[in-house]
Amino acid sequence: MNEVQKNEYYDRYEASTHLLGRLGTVAAILLLLAVPMAMGWVLNASPDWTAFGVGFAQVALIYWTSGVVEFLVYSPMLGSGASYLTFITGNVINLKLPCAVNAREICGTQVGTPENDIVSTLSVATSSLVTTVVLAVGVLCLVPLRPVLENPALAPAFNNVIPALFGALAFKYFSKSLKLAVVPLAFMCVLFVVVPSLIGSVSFLILVSGGMAIGIAYWMFRTGRLE
Amino acid sequence: MDLLTQLNSLPMFLIVGVVVAFIAVLCVVFLVRSWRAGVAMGMDKAKLRRAIASSATFTLLPSVSILLGVIALSGSLGIPLPWIRLSVIGALHYEGNVADIAARAAGMSGGLGSETLTAPVFLTIALVMTAGILAGCILCVFCLKGYMKKVRGAAQKQKSGKKGFGDYMFTAMFVGLVSAYIGSYLGEWTSAGNYMPLFVAAVSAAAMGLFEYLARKKGMTWLDNFSMAGSMLVGMAAAVALFAVV
Repeated sequence: MNEVQKNEYYDRYEASTHLLGRLGTVAAILLLLAVPMAMGWVLNASPDWTAFGVGFAQVALIYWTSGVVEFLVYSPMLGSGASYLTFITGNVINLKLPCAVNAREICGTQVGTPENDIVSTLSVATSSLVTTVVLAVGVLCLVPLRPVLENPALAPAFNNVIPALFGALAFKYFSKSLKLAVVPLAFMCVLFVVVPSLIGSVSFLILVSGGMAIGIAYWMFRTGRLE
Repeated sequence: MDLLTQLNSLPMFLIVGVVVAFIAVLCVVFLVRSWRAGVAMGMDKAKLRRAIASSATFTLLPSVSILLGVIALSGSLGIPLPWIRLSVIGALHYEGNVADIAARAAGMSGGLGSETLTAPVFLTIALVMTAGILAGCILCVFCLKGYMKKVRGAAQKQKSGKKGFGDYMFTAMFVGLVSAYIGSYLGEWTSAGNYMPLFVAAVSAAAMGLFEYLARKKGMTWLDNFSMAGSMLVGMAAAVALFAVV
């Protein structure tokens, strides 16, 4: 397959991915919204709609805003197929995005290329299936597994999965982009030490830190300081 | 029959099971399609296999952590609702917080778990948890196609042999993301004396350094598939060891 044929093939693949992704996402949204209704039917009860309005307004103010930002920032990193799956299956920042980026690093693909789209989709689909299987098996075996998983001796391990993940990623990214990392890392360290109350808002401060890193990268790019 | 028994009844599991099965089938369809597309476009099958293997190993430990989230919420909301919330669209840091907000809105002034749960309050919580996180999905349905066209156009403009800024931008965003988390771990240590997250991150980073050294300098590139999961495991094991010693 030459470059022209490859691009034509990819265009067809991407168009069908969008069709499948849209249909799958709409079906998933409808099924998800049907879950509380079906549960209400089983329980012979209905939600308190006034309380729903109040609760939803509070939640949407925070999470719909961050949802828009996540969509704008992370979907170009993931590509089309992986974006649909990522936003359907969730755990975006703490699992799907690092997982796809890790697969991209291993396969050596570039963001925005068809190859990256393929690798990201394979990665997120695999990750989603593994999570689904682990949760399904875990739920089925909840009674025998519970004493093991809730063993106090193992609690420090499971309480620190995310630090373990970001520690490993820190080495990978900081070692490759040390010049780029110095200022955002130093700024975030000082910020959280001086204003510890912001620790609970780390998912929002990612945008500040990311914006800063992008600004520095742009300056370095324009002045020829990025290799 | 008390509410928790009803929440853990077979019909509830069946309702959730149908949705989980649908999502799993959708993932399989995307997996197969992207594999076939990769092969058709001449991508190396070994590379595609590595993408799958590394993603599977990468996901195992965080999945166990997500399972713990299900267990944590199952005491107050039963098993099926946390199962579906953490399998589809949900996120570990989101669910507990939103369940608490919804519980307060539904009249539990002390938040989730402060008073006996009733069926209408449970359903209100379930609906808020579901609807509150749909923004990304809805944007995908209406905007992803056009947005990706623009992104791809910009990436193609930069394909003039030289690396474009787009390549650096995504790396920079990730550097920012990791910096924010590492900074927060330092803040947790200095403000609350909780040094464990920073310690675990440091040990994981050191383990990743060792994996990278073995893969790059000693030619053991097969380690790449396991380096992330292995580093995390070393960091988590260090947390258990330190907790036992201190």
